[in-house]
Amino acid sequence: MSHPTTSLAGAPFASGGLVSAHDSAGTPTSGPADRASLAVYALRLGDDALVLAQRLGEWVASAPQIEEDIALGNIGLDLLGQARTLLAYAGETEGAGRSEDDLAYVREERAFVNVQLVEQPNGDFAVSMARQLYFSTYQFALYERLQHSADATLGGVAEKAVKEVAYHRDHATQWVLRLGDGTDESHRRMQDGLARMWPFVAELFEADDLVRALATGGVAVDPSTLRAEWDAYVDAVLAEATLARPTSTWTARGGRRGIHSQPFGFLLAELQHLHRSHPGASW
Amino acid sequence: MSVERDWPLWEVFVRAKRGLSHQHVGSLHAPDPQMALRNARDVYTRRSEGVSIWVVPAAEIVASSPDEKDAFFDPAADKAYRHPTFYDIPAEVQHL
Repeated sequence: MSHPTTSLAGAPFASGGLVSAHDSAGTPTSGPADRASLAVYALRLGDDALVLAQRLGEWVASAPQIEEDIALGNIGLDLLGQARTLLAYAGETEGAGRSEDDLAYVREERAFVNVQLVEQPNGDFAVSMARQLYFSTYQFALYERLQHSADATLGGVAEKAVKEVAYHRDHATQWVLRLGDGTDESHRRMQDGLARMWPFVAELFEADDLVRALATGGVAVDPSTLRAEWDAYVDAVLAEATLARPTSTWTARGGRRGIHSQPFGFLLAELQHLHRSHPGASW
Repeated sequence: MSVERDWPLWEVFVRAKRGLSHQHVGSLHAPDPQMALRNARDVYTRRSEGVSIWVVPAAEIVASSPDEKDAFFDPAADKAYRHPTFYDIPAEVQHL
């Protein structure tokens, strides 16, 4: 097997695809540029799922109960399954011969285009449940619409995944309700968890030219159109859980352009070290 | 001192498909019925084992005692006429 590192030279994702979606006059072009945009879009969705799967995997054997180890492991594996299909599709659409493994295991940190929310450390269980509530509510709204994508592969992924994510959202909802409306300590820690993850929420709904152009063509979903539904669901959960909607003085940005928070490097090292130490290893 | 609050134990019953009855598949811990149902889904149906789940608080189950085994079960051992073995079952009948 050839070592896939060589294919990193082009590093066409992140900003590269974004620019090529339009010509200099800002007019949408067709053909290769659309393919490049589609590849970036699939990579964004795939990276979100891959990175969160890795974080959830860290809970296995550390959750409050063995039943929760399994629940979080299942959710992580659902996301990993989504990531595999999406990364494989990104590689195929890009047309540079990169496989899902190449994209997952030998890309550098700056070439990952996930939102920063999914890379945030697990914290205590309440922090992780806050992250799960925020992300799964977003992902559910996204996939519900993406099912009807003009792109058959994206539509197919979303149609299968939306049922998985409905359960992820329910799981997070159940826990936020119980911790919020539980003991004084669980309430305090749930409120803290919500506050800690809050600065990373706005980025979920940020649109750029690339996603807007794809959305106009019916291929992608403009994430800014999902905010109202997200607010309605999360606000209802927080109200029932006797929790307050957090506020924050700053907002994370840049994940889609390869800008990541410091903990992401450590996550990536753990995710990639086996493949990098033993390229092509299999069992 | 840490206060240990163990979650109660639940017995889990899964129906593999329509027409069959629920079978006991195991037990788990959960804080309340709704979470028990979700945990059961994750622990016992992750390989498509079921279409329906029951969870029952283990404490609510009244069980026969091993001490009563002789009185409870032995008297049935020599009453072969209670078994429906004296007629042929049609080949088409399933799940009997």
